[in-house]
Amino acid sequence: MATDPTDPIHQFDIFPLVPIQIGGLDFSFTNSALFMVATAGVTAGFIYYSTRGRGLVPSRLQSMTELTYEFTANMLRDAAGTAGMRFFPFVFSIFTFILVANLIGMFPYFFTVTSHLIVTFALAMMVMSVVVGYGIKKHGVKFFNVFVPEGVPAVLMPLVVLIEIISFLSRPVSLSVRLFANMLAGHITLKVFAGFVVSLSAFGALGVIGSILPFLMAVALTALEFLVAALQAYVFAVLTCLYLNDAVHPGAH
Amino acid sequence: MSPANEDDSKSNHETGYEPPATKRTPEEWAERRSALEAKLAARNATRELEAKRSSGSGSSMKGIAEGLKLASEFAAGIIVGGGIGFVIDKYAGTSPFGLIVFLMFGFAAGIRNVLRSVGPKPANPLEGRENSGRPPENAKDS
Repeated sequence: MATDPTDPIHQFDIFPLVPIQIGGLDFSFTNSALFMVATAGVTAGFIYYSTRGRGLVPSRLQSMTELTYEFTANMLRDAAGTAGMRFFPFVFSIFTFILVANLIGMFPYFFTVTSHLIVTFALAMMVMSVVVGYGIKKHGVKFFNVFVPEGVPAVLMPLVVLIEIISFLSRPVSLSVRLFANMLAGHITLKVFAGFVVSLSAFGALGVIGSILPFLMAVALTALEFLVAALQAYVFAVLTCLYLNDAVHPGAH
Repeated sequence: MSPANEDDSKSNHETGYEPPATKRTPEEWAERRSALEAKLAARNATRELEAKRSSGSGSSMKGIAEGLKLASEFAAGIIVGGGIGFVIDKYAGTSPFGLIVFLMFGFAAGIRNVLRSVGPKPANPLEGRENSGRPPENAKDS
């Protein structure tokens, strides 16, 4: 693939590694799939390896895992109460998957799984289907109380319910677009500034001096991207908890 | 600080210079402890307030994250509303009124999203929630 090395979009290309065609559909094992497997593998491997000792006084790695566990558990308990703790494995998986996927994407030449809208949208739809599925299973028709806020005059009710439904439907959109846009924009910005360094230094000594500024910018952006990677995983997990709260306690907001 | 508190602190100050031989009754100890606790609480409260103020103005990163979050909430409402309108137009042949009307509903839903994520969370009347004294949700997810 002889493309311009400074092309900022090139890093998001998806290409099949193992082409698989089933019934005319493309099930190829792509680089995206490879990094998803790697994300899941790294997460599971790290947790398995770090808790291997099961020390009462945790080792460094074990305390990292314990901190992540307690962090997620507190987050879920705060948002959805004790009754929401049944979703802990789900929330923990989502949180660690996004966190590790974002962080793996920070390695040079690595693919960022969460920079593709379809991946984040699939995650968001997973959350919403759990919310709707569990809500209807647990509360039946009463689950639809989420769409009916209290203290609204009867005349305005159809309008308000319609708006609430649209608001509810917009949740997976905002959830997925936020994560995807942050990762995509961050990686493009980083690549653009790094690309300035490459292009400028091709102009001789003056260019090399001029490339110091974008280089500093790229360094600063790298730090920012690490922050964004963690922050967006956290935001996704917190909102997941809040939405799960609707499934556990419908009509309570 | 209330006059009672001041009084306590004065007596604490005085007892600091007294020889430890003076026996205190349990009531005096309890009084002393409650006075100290009140002082500590007051000091912690001001410290937390200061920390909150400095973090609020100092980190623009938090503000950027919050702003992006609200923008995406708002945009998502409009996108979904417009999408519903577009689909209705396509299948019912009411173009362009479905799009117009549902774009407005989407706008309202977007505002609703923003208000929900900024505004204080009303207390949950149902069981299983121990977070009555906690800050509203927007304080946590940015």
